[in-house]
Amino acid sequence: MLTLKNLDVYYGKLYTLKKVSLHVKGGEIVTLIGSNGAGKTTLLNTISGLIKPSSGSILFDGVEISRDTPEHIVRIGISQVPEGRLIFSTLTVEENLFLGAYVRYSFNRKREVIEEAERIYSLFPKLKDRRKQLAGTLSGGEQQMLAIGRALMSKPKLLLLDEPSMGLAPNIAREVFQYILELKKLYGLTVLLVEQNAKNALKIADRGYVLETGRVILEGSSESLIQNRDVQRAYLGRDLDAEERI
Amino acid sequence: MTLLLQFLFSGLTTGSVYALVGIGFNIVYNSTSIINLAQGEFVVIGGLMMWFFLEGMQFPFSVSFSLTLLTAAVIGLIMERLTIKPLLKKGDLLLMIMVTIAISILIRGILMFKFGKDPYTYPAFTEGEPINFYGAVITQQTLWVIGITVLCIILLYLFFNKTMTGRAMRACSINIRAARLMGINVSKVVMLSFIISSVIGALGGIAITPISLMEYDKGAMLSVKGFCAAIMGGLGRNRGAVAGGFSIGILEALTAGYIHSGFKDAIALLIMLFILFVKPAGIFGKAEIMKLRKF
Repeated sequence: MLTLKNLDVYYGKLYTLKKVSLHVKGGEIVTLIGSNGAGKTTLLNTISGLIKPSSGSILFDGVEISRDTPEHIVRIGISQVPEGRLIFSTLTVEENLFLGAYVRYSFNRKREVIEEAERIYSLFPKLKDRRKQLAGTLSGGEQQMLAIGRALMSKPKLLLLDEPSMGLAPNIAREVFQYILELKKLYGLTVLLVEQNAKNALKIADRGYVLETGRVILEGSSESLIQNRDVQRAYLGRDLDAEERI
Repeated sequence: MTLLLQFLFSGLTTGSVYALVGIGFNIVYNSTSIINLAQGEFVVIGGLMMWFFLEGMQFPFSVSFSLTLLTAAVIGLIMERLTIKPLLKKGDLLLMIMVTIAISILIRGILMFKFGKDPYTYPAFTEGEPINFYGAVITQQTLWVIGITVLCIILLYLFFNKTMTGRAMRACSINIRAARLMGINVSKVVMLSFIISSVIGALGGIAITPISLMEYDKGAMLSVKGFCAAIMGGLGRNRGAVAGGFSIGILEALTAGYIHSGFKDAIALLIMLFILFVKPAGIFGKAEIMKLRKF
C-alpha cells in the first residue's frame, strides 16, 4: 500500500533520513522503532507532505506522492496523528472531530460527517460525554483518543501514528495500544506506528523496522525483532549477554 | 439626564467603529496569531474610497458601497500576499506585526498623496428627521452605524462557529501544523482572514464618515482604540471586542462631555492598562485559554 524507496530528507541542513526504504502492506500494523532523533517523526511528516524529500520516492497505491501537498495526501487517504497529539485545545471536542473531516466536508455531506462523528463517539464513549467541552481540558489519554478519532474522521486507508504513548501513564498507554489493535480489526485499517516504547509497539505490530540516525538498520517480523539481541539491548531494556554471564 | 443620554448615543456610535476594528484584530489574530496594526487604516480606506466613488465619480450609492468594499478586500488581499505570506513560513510573529506597522504607514502615505490632508464627508445613508428620544437627538446615521455593527457581529458569529471554513480558520490559530495535517490549506485561511478583516474595517469607515468625517491620518488612532477594545474584551473573542468597543466609546464620550475633550484619547489606554493589571485575559477571556495561547 505504501512504499518508500531510497528516501533522502534534509531537515534544514541536517541529513535526517538516509536512503530509507520501507513498505507497508494493506491491513498491516507496521511499527518503526528508534531512539530520540533517529528521524522517525521526520519520516512521518515526509509521508504527510509537510516536508519534501530531496530524493527518493513515496508510492501510495502505486502513485507517486512525494511532491503532493498535505491537503492532497489527506484527501487520498493518509491521515496522521501527530506527535504530542496537537489537538485544537481551545475548540470543543466535537469541533475537533468535525475538523478531522475537513477534506471530505461539503455542504450537502454534512449528515455524513455527523454520522462519522457518532461512530467515533461509540468507539470512544468518554469523548461523547465531553463533546461540548474544550479539548484542552481533557486528560492526556482522552486527548490521545481525540487525536486518533480526529484522524479517523477523514476515513483514511492508512493511519500514521506518531508516539501515541508519549506522556501517558503506562496503563493508559496500554489502553491506547489496545484501541489501535481494535481499530485495525474494526476498520481494516492499515497502521504505521512510530514508537519509542518498543515493547508495547512490537506487541501489537505485525512487522517492524528499526531506525537509527536516519538509517533503517533492521527489519523483520515483530517476533524476530523481539528475539533480536541488539533490539533487546537497545530498545527493550534487556541485556541478554549480561544475563547469560550471570 | 438629556445630556447623559446624548453622550451615551454618541459614545455608542464611535464605540461601534472601535468594536468593528477590534473584531478585525480578532479575526486576523485568530487565524495567524499576529496583530494587524494596519487594521485602522482600512476604516479610513472605507470612508475615503466611499467618498471617491460617491462624490468624486458620482456613482449611485449601492455601486459605490460595493466598489468600496471590493477595494478594501483587494488591498487586504495584496497586503497579505505580498508581505505576510512570505513571512508566515518563518513563523516570526513579531516580525510580521512590525511589517503591518510598515504597511499602515505606507497606506497612510498613499492616502495623503491621493486625498490630501482635508477631511471628507458625504450625506447620510437615509435622509430624514433625527429621532427624539427623551430629549436626546439621535440621527438616522447613528442607527445605521449601530445596526451595521450588530449585523456584522451576528454574521461573524455564525461564520466562525457554524461553518467548516470558520472552524478551519480557528484551527489554524491554534496549531498550524495540526491544521495542515487535517488538510486545511493554511495559506488560503490566512488570506481569507485578511480579506474579511479589511472588509469589516471598511464597513465601519463607510458608516461613520457622514457623522465624524474622515481624513487620511485617522487610522493610527483607530487602530489603538480598536486594539484597546479587543484587549479589554479578551483578544480573540468577538463578543469581548464589541463590549470593549462600546464601553470605550461611551467612556470617551462621557469624559469629553463632563471633564474635558482633551482627556478623551487617554481613556482607551487607561482602560487597557487597568484591564491588563487586573484581568489580563480580558472581560470575556478565559484564563485557561490564555494559558493555551502562544502570544
